[in-house]
Amino acid sequence: MNLLDILIAIPAIGFLLALALPRSNDRLIRLFTLIVSLVTFAVSLGLVSGYQFGQTGRQFVSDAIWISSPEIHWHVGIDGLSLWLIILSTFLTPISILISWRYITSRTKEFYAFLLLLECGLIGVFASWDLFLFYVFWEIVLVPMYFLIGIWGHDRRIYAAVKFFLYTMAGSVLMLAAIIYLYTLSGTFDYAAILDQLNSGRIVLGHTQETLLFLAFFIAFAIKVPLFPLHTWLPDAHVEAPSAGSVMLASVMLKMGTYGLLRFCVPMFPAAARENAPWINILAIVGIIYGALVAMVQPNMKKLVAYSSVSHLGFVVLGIFSFTQLGLDGAVYQMLNHGISTGALFVLVGFLYERRHSLAISDYGGVATVAPWLSTIFLITTLASIGLPMLNNFVGEFMVLQGAAQANFTWSIFAAIGVILSACYMLWMVQRVFFGSTSEEVAHHIPDFNAREWACVIPLIAMMLWMGVYSQSFIPQISETNARILDTSRMNVPLRVSNPGTLAANHGGFGHAR
Amino acid sequence: MPANYFPAANDYLRFAPELILTIGGTLMMILDPLFARKLPRMFGHLSILLLIVAIAGAAGAYTVPGHAFSDLLVVDGFATFFRVLVLSIGILAVLSSYKYLDRERAETGEYHALLLFSIVGQCVMVSANDLIMIFIGLEISSIATYILAGYLRDDKRNNEAALKYFLLGSFATGFLLYGIAIIYGITATTKLDEIRGAISNPATPLGMVGVAAALMIVGLGFKISGAPFQMWAPDVYQGAPAPVSAFMATGPKAAAFAIFLRIFMTSFQQIAADWAPFIWISALLSMTIGNFAALTQNNLKRMLAYSSIAHAGYILVALASRSGDGTAAAMFYLAAYALMNIGAFAVVIHISGRGERHLRIEDLAGLGQRQPLTAAMLTIFLLSLIGVPLTGGFFGKFYIFRAALESNLVWLTVLGLLNSAVAAYYYLRLLVVMYMYEPGEVANSLSSPGFGLSAALILPAIGTFILGVAPNVILNFARNSSSFGK
Repeated sequence: MNLLDILIAIPAIGFLLALALPRSNDRLIRLFTLIVSLVTFAVSLGLVSGYQFGQTGRQFVSDAIWISSPEIHWHVGIDGLSLWLIILSTFLTPISILISWRYITSRTKEFYAFLLLLECGLIGVFASWDLFLFYVFWEIVLVPMYFLIGIWGHDRRIYAAVKFFLYTMAGSVLMLAAIIYLYTLSGTFDYAAILDQLNSGRIVLGHTQETLLFLAFFIAFAIKVPLFPLHTWLPDAHVEAPSAGSVMLASVMLKMGTYGLLRFCVPMFPAAARENAPWINILAIVGIIYGALVAMVQPNMKKLVAYSSVSHLGFVVLGIFSFTQLGLDGAVYQMLNHGISTGALFVLVGFLYERRHSLAISDYGGVATVAPWLSTIFLITTLASIGLPMLNNFVGEFMVLQGAAQANFTWSIFAAIGVILSACYMLWMVQRVFFGSTSEEVAHHIPDFNAREWACVIPLIAMMLWMGVYSQSFIPQISETNARILDTSRMNVPLRVSNPGTLAANHGGFGHAR
Repeated sequence: MPANYFPAANDYLRFAPELILTIGGTLMMILDPLFARKLPRMFGHLSILLLIVAIAGAAGAYTVPGHAFSDLLVVDGFATFFRVLVLSIGILAVLSSYKYLDRERAETGEYHALLLFSIVGQCVMVSANDLIMIFIGLEISSIATYILAGYLRDDKRNNEAALKYFLLGSFATGFLLYGIAIIYGITATTKLDEIRGAISNPATPLGMVGVAAALMIVGLGFKISGAPFQMWAPDVYQGAPAPVSAFMATGPKAAAFAIFLRIFMTSFQQIAADWAPFIWISALLSMTIGNFAALTQNNLKRMLAYSSIAHAGYILVALASRSGDGTAAAMFYLAAYALMNIGAFAVVIHISGRGERHLRIEDLAGLGQRQPLTAAMLTIFLLSLIGVPLTGGFFGKFYIFRAALESNLVWLTVLGLLNSAVAAYYYLRLLVVMYMYEPGEVANSLSSPGFGLSAALILPAIGTFILGVAPNVILNFARNSSSFGK
């Protein structure tokens, strides 16, 4: 048992214990799960302090045989890529519990228990070093989220929950087929061993074989990201989910997709990844612009934020498939940034909903007059989300654009349009919600923050500033891992996968991060 | 012909489960008029006791593996696996019958005796080493099940189910018998291993063997409700008493699959390349028809019937991969399937009420709030039927599709897995209704499940979970016995 095992075990045990608590005592259940999630967060910080910088390979490895034949291992470990995503999960779970404190009134026990199960699954996804184990956690995550949306969601919750489940399921069965197929080729589920066999040429994949395997993984992850045009489950799921569900969904679960792309698709099938990068990046850019344009016309705040996620995640995909150090670093950093800032937006929209019981932008107006603090915090979050310097998203977006420019300048130009559009839709929403004349209902129903709500937003704002001002705390670990991913996926194909004759200038080799 | 007409003592030991159940069942018929009114529940208790003793007998028989009664029977790992499986299914069926029979005021010794006889037939089937024994076992099992399907004589639906099942079933048995006759005509033997030997003889006309195999596929395809011979299943499962449907969908099906596997993986193994394409088509048809038809069902029993057709399709995938791993995967899946399906049927029995009035999916509304434990059990079964990790159903699918990929059945695997994503939709509907709808009239007026039904819920749930976390317990045994001692 090392720290990572314990970290996965705590929420799992918490889940079981929470189910055993008396149904009637809501307060006890809430406190219990909050404490469990805080302990989990505290333990997860141990990963940061114990992380050995500069040590190649994975750390906190725990490897034991789970099933002897076919050999399936409980093999977990972390590297710079997993590290921050795990911290993101453990950081946001207590916040999700806190924001549900008053909002969730029915079937409290199940709600909080499911949040803990979700946390356990998420940590497991990011820590798994065995493809089979990864798949198990990947599917486990699905179940609590399905119930969170379906039971505690808004009006069209059932439609959204089922759509969410089926979309993900359809993608993941293809991934399962690919995982089993890889097993029949390599005789192991161990990720590192498979990667080693692929890289050293002990398994030689034919062109069609590699493309199909790549696509099987890619579709599963692209649905989760979600990449245009597979994104249609996302607005429904986000809008219908309770705030805590939206936060966890947007901030962490979408990252499962981009994490998978970076962890599995790119290193295992580098040739296919590079070959398919042009159209993938075009879809990413379409997603960036399309998401932004659709967000602009949304009358519903949650839907607006949901479509903005489609747009933001397009940047991440673009960064990954630029195959530049800078692009990859930016993509991973952007995963974290999006987790913090969009998570914060969903938290704040949730606070507004709890007060006014409406998500329609037109039901608000002049909130700044009655709730100045709420408005200030919302504005800071908005500015972070649209990429204002000094705040977190700026760093990530800048790196992605720079990395994409190194690969193909045209991509950057189109992607940059998305940045401008994000300012349009976000600021326009802020203007309509917080400024203008204050209606009777707004004045009457919208008080400012209470202590619990402060406790939710302060860590988020602090993280936005920290990640925006001193990205050096986070990027070295990311960069180190990415360098290794790039190295294993280095191919004898030209860096630029685009047509020659574009504006792009090949900077030669891989850009130097930082 | 053996010199000694009296079989050795070990032969009786190898036949122990069948002997115990036959004697017990006959005894019950005699006791019926004496105790039916005074102690209606006694027969259930007695059945469970007999079945437990029979399991012990099956385990005892496995201590002296080998052939019995002039090679008519064989006790090997495969036979023992399926004997224990059908006997355990029998226990669960009896447990889930208590409340039902009580509700319908139909508790008799006859019901339990028939159930025991049906299980005897299945035990004979799975341990038979001779086509004639297989046929006898199949008939013992089928005839008892025909009667059970029409057990409530005054119920129209029961009568319809029994008649349909009987007519189509005997028709299918005819096909099987015709196949057996042709084989006997060609090879002059009905012993499975001797047929195998005869087929490898170049003088044997393989064309006629193929015809016989095709006829047997038809007959067995009916018994396992594999497409395109699945038509009877929805009507029969819907019409028969719910505990009997639960039993039919698991016990006779597992035994039929056992003989399917034994015949085709021993006798016909050399011509596997010829029959495998038909199994391939049947597997795909069963999965697709079962899953897509289940999407539109509103009757719980009918939906589970279509789902059982789809699951037969998954198991046929294992057969189509025609390898030892495939056989082991099919065995594992049958065990996992039996648990999750009986569990799901137990919930149906629980909510259906007297006369099975509440069988619509909406009748589950709000079960999650009114009886959270029952709902949690059904959730486990449904997740297992979908194939979510940490349940037996997931590992079952995993092993089947792994075997299929190892035999290069890539497209069947992809189509099968996509099918399981389609299936998720109709299983999720039950979860939706159960947890996301406000409690309806049925959930509000539901009594507690009672001891028998609770056990029929909790035991399979525990089993499903164990198979999902430590599948090796079963799988290693299945794998060791999947070679049929060849």
